[in-house]
Amino acid sequence: MAEHHDPMTVFELDAVSKFYDGIPAVRPIDLTIPAGITIVLIGPSGCGKSTLLRLMVGLVQPDSGEVRFEGTRITPHNILHLRRKMGYVIQEGGLFPHLTGRENVALMAEHLRWKKERIDERIDELTQLTQFPTEGLHRYPVQLSGGQRQRLSLMRALMLDPDVLLMDEPLGSLDAMIRANLQNELRDIFQKLSKTVVMVTHDIGEAGFFGDLIVLLRDGAIVQQSSLHDLVHAAADPFVTQFINAQRLPFESLESVAK
Amino acid sequence: MRATALVPLLLVILCFAATSIDSPADRRQVVVGSKAFTESVILGEVLVYLARDVNVEVEHRRQLGGTQILWKALLRGDIDAYVEYTGTLSQEILRDQDAHTEDEMRAAVRDHSIAMSRPLGFNNTYALGMRKDTAAQLGLEKISDLRQHLELKLGFTNEFMDRGDGWPRLRDHYALPHQDVRGLEHNLAYRGIESGAIDVTDLYSTDAEIRYYDLAVLEDDLRLFPPYHAVVLYREDLRQRAPKVVRAFLKLEGRIPEDEMIGMNARAKLARIPENRVAADFLATTFDIISEVTATTWVRRLLRNTADHLFLVGVALLAAVLISVPLGIVSTRSETVGQAALGIVGILQTIPALALLIFMIPLVGIDTPAAILALFLYSLLPIVRSTYTGLRDISRDVTESAAALGLSPAARLRLVEMPIALRSILSGVKIASVQLIGFATLGAFIGAGGYGQPILTGIRLDDFALILEGAVPAAVLALLAQGLFELAERRLVSKGLRLKPEA
Repeated sequence: MAEHHDPMTVFELDAVSKFYDGIPAVRPIDLTIPAGITIVLIGPSGCGKSTLLRLMVGLVQPDSGEVRFEGTRITPHNILHLRRKMGYVIQEGGLFPHLTGRENVALMAEHLRWKKERIDERIDELTQLTQFPTEGLHRYPVQLSGGQRQRLSLMRALMLDPDVLLMDEPLGSLDAMIRANLQNELRDIFQKLSKTVVMVTHDIGEAGFFGDLIVLLRDGAIVQQSSLHDLVHAAADPFVTQFINAQRLPFESLESVAK
Repeated sequence: MRATALVPLLLVILCFAATSIDSPADRRQVVVGSKAFTESVILGEVLVYLARDVNVEVEHRRQLGGTQILWKALLRGDIDAYVEYTGTLSQEILRDQDAHTEDEMRAAVRDHSIAMSRPLGFNNTYALGMRKDTAAQLGLEKISDLRQHLELKLGFTNEFMDRGDGWPRLRDHYALPHQDVRGLEHNLAYRGIESGAIDVTDLYSTDAEIRYYDLAVLEDDLRLFPPYHAVVLYREDLRQRAPKVVRAFLKLEGRIPEDEMIGMNARAKLARIPENRVAADFLATTFDIISEVTATTWVRRLLRNTADHLFLVGVALLAAVLISVPLGIVSTRSETVGQAALGIVGILQTIPALALLIFMIPLVGIDTPAAILALFLYSLLPIVRSTYTGLRDISRDVTESAAALGLSPAARLRLVEMPIALRSILSGVKIASVQLIGFATLGAFIGAGGYGQPILTGIRLDDFALILEGAVPAAVLALLAQGLFELAERRLVSKGLRLKPEA
């Protein structure tokens, strides 16, 4: 399979489905994720967007179909190895509470017996990239702010210099002001990294802000896959317009009240 | 990293245990036993000095918990001889065999390769006693008189309540209608009588207290109680192993009259003369045997009891940690194993501590191994459960992040899950250790020593200071253990888990 791999694709999902207690979370889906772009999975709660991400990182196994990463079919046997080329960041950060910032970031590299100099060097690069305060490296997650925790989680995901970054609502737990600042920084980081990024969000503004490509899901199926412009102006289904308006309308109605 | 921090902790416990091991008691040539009441202990000491007089090394497993423990220990060979009563033999030990005469009993025990001496002289049968003034006031003289006095509170020793020849038979034989009947410890019964908490109790007819408390003894007018002549039971193989000792034991036949026994009991219980001194004096006057009596100081006893107690608790706890922690881990991996493991260790905890100790005897005999096994079984639940919940309570975010890094399940357990669960595990071990320190005092019932030894002797002799000699160090040790584990928690559990979130 690997010899047929197109270097321009990172993930290929072939008729992948997933059921929980007989209820479909993901219906048979085909999806190709090209290299080097930021792709956003969006949709209402329960649409299957997080499950799709978890299928890619192998935290759940598909009930049918197959998921290929860089041309290799993901199996329980090779997943541990493949994950070293993926960085995974979740909403609450998922930091290890018993380890300091530095220990969190370095855990996997130390497990792989990297030399200390190499680890230090890499952490230096990452603190600069994410603008994480150096003194925070010696503090425990519980002593850090929400924004700092997300930066740390990102550093941990990037430590082994993965080919792809998978993010599940990375800004979801932050308050609006911090979130806006971090969005800008995060986009700068993505540009500097020029890595493939797959991000899950429920916020259409965030999706438009980051996404080169937006995949809108509903009830475990893909409704439309396009740029934000096309979602707005060339909706494939009335649901697309509904979904976008649902997030825009409250704001506009508030504006009209203010006037 | 942090997960390996458990290892030094275990080593500390192990060292603790190891330093407290006294050189394993080289198996003495002859071991005699005694029950947990003064007369039995005195007679055990008499056997000891008789054996020493013929230059045989002898050990005394004193004040073991009860008839069944002694009898089973004798059958297993944990002890070689002890003094039993014919009434107990016929009613309790041989109750299925219809052995009533002395010869029938002798034949019945021979089936178990046990030999029985002829009676030693006195008859220590059951009797019922009450305060003389109450008896006079109500005009009570015979047991059958009790039938007319439903208002009297009966309080019997626990053994009398349960055994076949005790309360159930007394009730049926005399048709006693009393409902409010309490079971209590023998020595507490006298106090209860004195204070009026109970009116009638069972006595042994050689009890020193009958005189001391000036009690009225009710006549057994319907001839219920069988005679309780004291006899020496010994293993038949002792005749080959130590014939001199058997001959020495048999010298006692017919040589201890009832007055002599009451006198010895009174000296030990009322005048607080050590049993070995009482026994030695008896042998000196009756047989001209001069014995060397060694007195122990309370400091030496305390050191010895501390060593025994630490050994029991340390070994049991170490074994429990080594088994329970892996069991707790496996339980989180498989629902079925988890349910089964938690169920089984939970049931073990519901077995009363003393019963658990006695269940161990057929498996491993009396003494330290049985006590350690029981303590071990008892401490499984808190540790399995704390390991299980410690691991189960880790948030899914954390476990999935560890998995998503590409760590193998074993590495996740070692680097992430165990260090986070450590706090819960340590608290489980702490609870187990404090429980065990208390529970281990019951080890004295089966001869395992420890702080239970002075407590048991103190209860037997009604000596409060002696009870404190066991109870106080046990309490101090429990506090120390608690402090030690809190210190360990501070040293071993990551600061990141102990800090409160900042605003």
